[in-house]
Amino acid sequence: MFAATLIVFRESLEAALVIGIVAAATRPIAGRGWWIALGAAAGVAGSVGVAAVAGSISQLAGGSGQEFFTAIVLALAVAMLAWHNIWMASHGRHMAAQARDLGQSLVRGDVALTAIVTAIALTVLREGSETVLFLVGIASSAHSSRSALAVGSLLGLAAGGGAGVLIYAGLVRVPVKRLFVVTGWLILLLAAGMAGQFARVLIQADVLPALASPLWDTSSWMPEDSAVGTLLHALMGYTAQPSATQVLFYFTALGLILVAMRRAQTKPAA
Amino acid sequence: MLASLPGVTYAADPEFTIQLREHRFTPSEIKVPAGTKVKLVIDNQDSTPEEFDSFALNREKIVFANSKAIVFIGPLKPGRYEFIGEFNQESAKGAVVAE
Repeated sequence: MFAATLIVFRESLEAALVIGIVAAATRPIAGRGWWIALGAAAGVAGSVGVAAVAGSISQLAGGSGQEFFTAIVLALAVAMLAWHNIWMASHGRHMAAQARDLGQSLVRGDVALTAIVTAIALTVLREGSETVLFLVGIASSAHSSRSALAVGSLLGLAAGGGAGVLIYAGLVRVPVKRLFVVTGWLILLLAAGMAGQFARVLIQADVLPALASPLWDTSSWMPEDSAVGTLLHALMGYTAQPSATQVLFYFTALGLILVAMRRAQTKPAA
Repeated sequence: MLASLPGVTYAADPEFTIQLREHRFTPSEIKVPAGTKVKLVIDNQDSTPEEFDSFALNREKIVFANSKAIVFIGPLKPGRYEFIGEFNQESAKGAVVAE
């Protein structure tokens, strides 16, 4: 039962953190709660759909279909998070000022919303389809402890969701003036982590070379399956034994998005 | 289209198969050459899906019920690299030994 809790917790953690962070990042935008819920619901529905056809997907591209699918989902999510950050870089200050002046009143932010709804849906889809497969495996097995496993899975989901609520609760305490700077950095690190995972799956499919692998090994002092390692993995793509290619993609994405944000910031908001 | 991408040709890489039956890997320890890319085939003969998972190898892949999955690993330095089947980790344990 504990194993089931841990598995579902791990799978739901990243999605919950993404939702918690973008919920804080879009706080002053009118009606954003519904949009976030829509993104999450679309992700859950998509997870079930993907899990249903995942067996067929995995047989594509010479048995590497799963990796290609994950890579596409990750690339789109990175693009959406980057888009959100770039948009916020040009509108964030104005938005913060407006929110402060009007005492938390709501402003329009259609572009940022489109980006985050899609990013949420994609993240939930990626992590969720694995969870669905795990749960289907439990349900179809003749396990005597089936109900205990189901309870364990629910606990894992609750714990993952709880982590999302915690980070949201922490972020809403940040003064609105600084909030967008903090969420901007958090979203930047999420995007970079996903870019690193993008490289990892394509190395696994033998599309990209690993180059030096591992580039470093921090597994003895910060194992990836430790509590802090798990959190750092979900928040910023921490990997104890990454390949050089993965690290290269991580920092290239980080640098490119940062440069685009800086450029957007210097231009006056349209 | 994907199949015609330049990287997706595996002909030259040494290939090793690990069977998964009743949530156990056979062989549970597999010797592979160090310093070269290796193609691992995980042959799941169980009627439930499994997730091949290894922090040491930096790999993670769902292996569907009654099907095979391919995971490329390495080039590895000589050493022992443990892996698990995440969905049944009490029994599904194994290691790749590169030498």
